[in-house]
Amino acid sequence: MKTIITVALVFTLLLTTSIIMGGNTHDEEQEHGYKNTYSRQLDVAPVSNITYAEECGSCHFAYQPGLLPEKSWIKIMTDLENHFDENAELDADLQKELTDYLVQNSADKSNYKRSKRIMRALGKSDAPLRITKTLYFVRKHDEIPYRIVKNNKDIGSFSNCTACHSNAEKGSYNEHDVKIPGYGRWED
Amino acid sequence: MKILLILILSISFSKNIQAGSLEALFDSYQQAGVITPKAEQGKLLWNKVFITEKSKGKERSCSSCHGSDVRKSGKHIRTGKLIEPMASSVNLKRFRDVKKTKKWFKRNCKWTIGRECSVQEQVDILKYLTTQ
Ligand code: HEC
Ligand code: HEC
Ligand code: HEC
Repeated sequence: MKTIITVALVFTLLLTTSIIMGGNTHDEEQEHGYKNTYSRQLDVAPVSNITYAEECGSCHFAYQPGLLPEKSWIKIMTDLENHFDENAELDADLQKELTDYLVQNSADKSNYKRSKRIMRALGKSDAPLRITKTLYFVRKHDEIPYRIVKNNKDIGSFSNCTACHSNAEKGSYNEHDVKIPGYGRWED
Repeated sequence: MKILLILILSISFSKNIQAGSLEALFDSYQQAGVITPKAEQGKLLWNKVFITEKSKGKERSCSSCHGSDVRKSGKHIRTGKLIEPMASSVNLKRFRDVKKTKKWFKRNCKWTIGRECSVQEQVDILKYLTTQ
């Protein structure tokens, strides 16, 4: 019995230290590995809150908090009943929990490369309601003809990040991972 | 030994919650003083088409996103995201969380019909979705 408890204790200790060490990946210079083979810098911090992934990922891809500034998230979260002509209302507790999560991880507080660039391209008081309306996004996507998005039932709109960015869920928007449905790999 | 006991206890406890939750859901409606659920009524409402003040002339129904064969997956009409089947016979994750179910009834009835669904309507639809 004694040995079992000791083994369990040591195991827990090891586990917690590895979580603490592994959790410190916010430095953009750091390498991020995926399944040992995939190793590349991430563009934005991946979603780390399960409630957020569930609540804000039910109608569309759960956009990473680092894609918009704090002010935008607050605007979005205070009018969920009229959310882009959709009803996404939450009870008060959840609404607060998710707003806190978004604010704490918003683009203005992130060290990740794309978050910083999104912020740099925005004016001081800009708070767009859409990622697709930020200047950085518009510039990065202005070579893609609108017609191949709009008339493509596999895409629908630019808001559907995962249709083209195959690793968007992981926080990677690298142009080499882009595959436009019915169009193929994107070559500059 | 203690650890083992706690483990066993927590496993059996969570199993109980899962198995009971569909009944718990119906129970939670019965508290509001309900009536018999009617699956045929639920099916009618599921496929009924509405044009609301906010829909700008466009037709909306529950089946717009969930489809009318509820054993198959649906597709969100605006974002294109896949929605898992609604029938609990093919999707065991359905109606396992009373809060979740009621939240979506509120949102989706408001959006589709333009008002919240009555308790009778919700129970009818649930009966339909859990007997397919
Ligand atoms: C009931 C469905 C639903 C839920 C739940 C939902 N959304 Fe949305 N959301 C939409 C729709 C519809 C759009 C518009 C999509 C389009 O124009 O193609 C949208 C758009 C967005 C956009 C703008 C995307 C762009 O174009 O850049 C953001 C940001 C967003 N949602 C955040 C959230 C957050 C945060 C939550 C969780 C609190 C959430 N959404 C929950 C339906 C939903
Ligand atoms: C129709 C397909 C399509 C959709 C939808 C789309 N993108 Fe892109 N995106 C691209 C292409 C193609 C590029 C590469 C552009 C270039 O540099 O030539 C790109 C580039 C980017 C970049 C810059 C990456 C780099 O390496 O320079 C970011 C960040 C990005 N997209 C984010 C998003 C986000 C966030 C969404 C959803 C809100 C989104 N994209 C939706 C096609 C798409
Ligand atoms: C605009 C798209 C859309 C329409 C229209 C729609 N729903 Fe939904 N519904 C969703 C999404 C998205 C979810 C959450 C995703 C999931 O649970 O797979 C959902 C979830 C639900 C749930 C929760 C299921 C559970 O597991 O507890 C119920 C109940 C529901 N819808 C009922 C309805 C009813 C009733 C109508 C018609 C009055 C309707 N829906 C119309 C998109 C829609």
